[in-house]
Amino acid sequence: MSRYTSATPDDRAEMLAAIGVDSTAELFEQIPADLRLDRALELPDGLSEAEVYERLAGLAARNADAEEQVCFVGAGMYDHYVPAIVDAIVSRSEFLTPYTPYQPEISQGGLQAMFEFQTAMSELTGLPVSNAGLYEGPSSLASAGYLALGGTERRRFVVSRGVHPHSRETLATYAVGYGAEVVEVGLEGGLTDAAALAAAVDGETAAVFLQSPNFLGAVEDVEALGAAAKEHGALLVVACDPITLGVLKPPGECGADIALGEGQPLGNRLDFGGPSFGFFCATAEQLRRMPGRIAGETEDVDGRRGFVLALQTREQHIRREKATNNICTAQALNALGAMVHLAWLGREGFRELGELLVRRTAYARERLAAVAGVEPLHEAPVVREFALRLEAPVAAVLERCAERGIAAGYPLGREYPEHEDGLLVAITERRTREQIDDLAEALAVAVAAERVDLPGYTTGKSPMPEEVS
Amino acid sequence: MNAPAAETPMQRERARTIYEKSKPGRRAAVLPRAGVPETPLEELIPAHLLREEPPALPEIAEPEIVRHYNKLSRRNFDLDSGFYPLGSCTMKHNPRLNERVAALPGHARLHPAQDPRRAQGALELMWLLQGSLSEICGLPHVSLQPSAGSHGELAGLLLTRAYHADRGETRTKVLAPDTSHGTNPASVTMAGYEVVKVATNERGGVEMDDLRAQIDAEPDQVACLMLTNPNTLGLFDENIAEIAALIHAAGGTLYYDGANLNAVMGHSRPGDMGFDIVHVNLHKSFSQPHGGGGPGAGPIAVSDRIEPFLPRPQVVRREGDNGHGPFYDLDFERPRSIGRLRGFQGNFGVFVRSYAYILSLGADGLAEASETAVLNANYLKARLAEGRAGERLPVAFERHCMHEFVLSGKPMKRELGLATLDLAKRLLDFGFHPPTVYFPLLVEEALMIEPTETETKESLDAFADAVEQILTEAESTPEIARNAPYTTPVRRLDEVKATRHPLIRQPLQ
Repeated sequence: MSRYTSATPDDRAEMLAAIGVDSTAELFEQIPADLRLDRALELPDGLSEAEVYERLAGLAARNADAEEQVCFVGAGMYDHYVPAIVDAIVSRSEFLTPYTPYQPEISQGGLQAMFEFQTAMSELTGLPVSNAGLYEGPSSLASAGYLALGGTERRRFVVSRGVHPHSRETLATYAVGYGAEVVEVGLEGGLTDAAALAAAVDGETAAVFLQSPNFLGAVEDVEALGAAAKEHGALLVVACDPITLGVLKPPGECGADIALGEGQPLGNRLDFGGPSFGFFCATAEQLRRMPGRIAGETEDVDGRRGFVLALQTREQHIRREKATNNICTAQALNALGAMVHLAWLGREGFRELGELLVRRTAYARERLAAVAGVEPLHEAPVVREFALRLEAPVAAVLERCAERGIAAGYPLGREYPEHEDGLLVAITERRTREQIDDLAEALAVAVAAERVDLPGYTTGKSPMPEEVS
Repeated sequence: MNAPAAETPMQRERARTIYEKSKPGRRAAVLPRAGVPETPLEELIPAHLLREEPPALPEIAEPEIVRHYNKLSRRNFDLDSGFYPLGSCTMKHNPRLNERVAALPGHARLHPAQDPRRAQGALELMWLLQGSLSEICGLPHVSLQPSAGSHGELAGLLLTRAYHADRGETRTKVLAPDTSHGTNPASVTMAGYEVVKVATNERGGVEMDDLRAQIDAEPDQVACLMLTNPNTLGLFDENIAEIAALIHAAGGTLYYDGANLNAVMGHSRPGDMGFDIVHVNLHKSFSQPHGGGGPGAGPIAVSDRIEPFLPRPQVVRREGDNGHGPFYDLDFERPRSIGRLRGFQGNFGVFVRSYAYILSLGADGLAEASETAVLNANYLKARLAEGRAGERLPVAFERHCMHEFVLSGKPMKRELGLATLDLAKRLLDFGFHPPTVYFPLLVEEALMIEPTETETKESLDAFADAVEQILTEAESTPEIARNAPYTTPVRRLDEVKATRHPLIRQPLQ
């Protein structure tokens, strides 16, 4: 039932006659007979629009989303308020349905939006060069690794354990391909161990990867840590949360050669993990080694200002095996959403949002740490996310909070076995003081009920898997 | 008469960026009150870690933001405005139902780290999509994780590396035809392999003697052959079974670039052709809107021997017991996995749209979509074989095509002094998006045309008529096309300048 086609039986007859065949089956005869599927696909028959809607609404109803639960989960993606104008603009056909702007004369809208986005990201990060977006955060970091190897014979990365575990794992996956060794440096008091980092970086190091705020929410002293990279001529790559850059010193002022990260907090919904976009900014020296699309300003034959895809000679469709990256997709629509969100926030609103997050987060951290059986996992400064240590099995505490309609945070145990008792709590402008107070209350009850007084306890097995929403 | 006498209204209105509309003191956002103590920031974060000046974002009120981006949108051509026969890109209709279901809060506001027990609907949807893609591709296992086609390619090559490493082998070469998409060789390099080009035969397929020679040179170094079938010429390679046998005999894997899957859904399956790894562009065959260059998604389907190495986490269905139904879960315990390719589980919003599309069409609808795509392409090819187009723009390989075909503008250039680029730019004045140009590289002055199944016969006829008219016009006054376009928001742009003297952000004070 292909309701999106228009060919009537008469159309078909005329078209087949023009082609000079009797049936479409003849056109498929170029496929060897034994490779033609001699049966229908084993998929259900097509459904009406109303039926498809009901089917998918039924699936959606079995998810506990952030309208149903108060969401304190972050870990790289955050429940921010996306202003209504973002939806209105990214839903317009003219932005939603074109392809990559290969024909610039009829793509000025999209190209100019990319140019504006690049300007905004360059301002945020304090670096002069930005591309038009990559897939998402962790793969952007892995692409920075590829860039770092490009200019050198060095084959070693030094990565802080404060970098998002998904980013570290993605970097390791990519590194097996392009051939690089990944060395990890641990955390001390929630922050990258500066002495261990300095000891790990040497003349073979192609790049040093930091994240600030790091995965545990702690603001790193990037400038101080980065000195080791500078000393040995390694690139300093800094992953960051864009929403914090209204208050934090930008990576470009801390010596970063590359600043990148997950763009979701800017104008993109949670979507169970994507699509969102990655941003990627760098010093001018890296311009011709950058991955991804880049829009540039130029003129038309009559001298009118216009925009095109610039520096395409870096890219796969021109350079093929010599390209600086294999990427083709820029997440243009997601980047547009980010740009509209940033324009809506504006210079003052962006800073105010950052300050709001810092203050509410400080309040939440103090409030939750006051709960019996809960203490801060580290004392380092934070912006919008912080880690706690619970004197009770984290999974069981989360379950009790969930039963009260609160998604209390992200359990650290899977990715940080050394913090099996760790819980990461995120704050957005949507999380009110009352909700924070409710979380404190829920945590108090849950921890009291699940509290394990013996030191070195182990968490219990997860309850029998079953749907609970 | 090279240009219309006057500028169009849109041409008169010169581009101004949002930063140029900014004035200190204007704003749109009103934020919630903090409701907590207004502690000075320096008491919470050490001053040396704080920013001194906020980033210079525009200062502008909401009505003007809306107007600005609405104006920009009108400077774009899009699929909803007209015919978009961009070869290899499958510009088919984007059903709005899919946008509606993707925007349901249960999808759109679902946190990716939600406990699987409270995300059963999302995980079941992913599992169902995996099953659907598995059936369409004819391969038993699917990972939805890759973010786009090129990401799927990288995944496939890393899987190949892991597969060989598991057997104690290290191989260095990946074969790819000279007609392959640019992402193929770029992915090969990125995955640490060397590209070996394979020639094309007189029927547009893989040159078998060359393939044999390339394999025989160092069979134990052949890691993989990457192939698109139908290929970028829109032609099905009839020798595919023999190609697969040769690669497999050498111990390599066979990778299917699924960019052209729209030709064969429900008619032929890459798994049955012998492919080990397939990527599927959900933004091509499965109607995810292209968004002006993303988002998309590039799930991969693989054979049994590749399965142990799939990225993690993997969506799995665990059968229930004690009266419980099945439970959908994320499986992280995959010791031989290549690891993650990105954060979380993949572009779920894209999965919702593509699954809605598969549900809408069903088995018969998908097969009909491919059949109509092939019918439309062959019809347009027939129309363009008539008249002047037939002489000046001959088809590169004279046989039935699948969902797309490639013309050569070589005679047009020789006889009329019109480059393929000129024809493309003149088509803009006729309200059409031009075909893909100068690709594949093996065809001189190439035009690669993919109409898709969602176009009417009338649209195809109008396009063929426009090409005829441009060629007719060029016989007397070729300068018209050489200086085209005239009616677009800007005219031909200086791309060389943009690369030689890159200005890639707005200079701000």
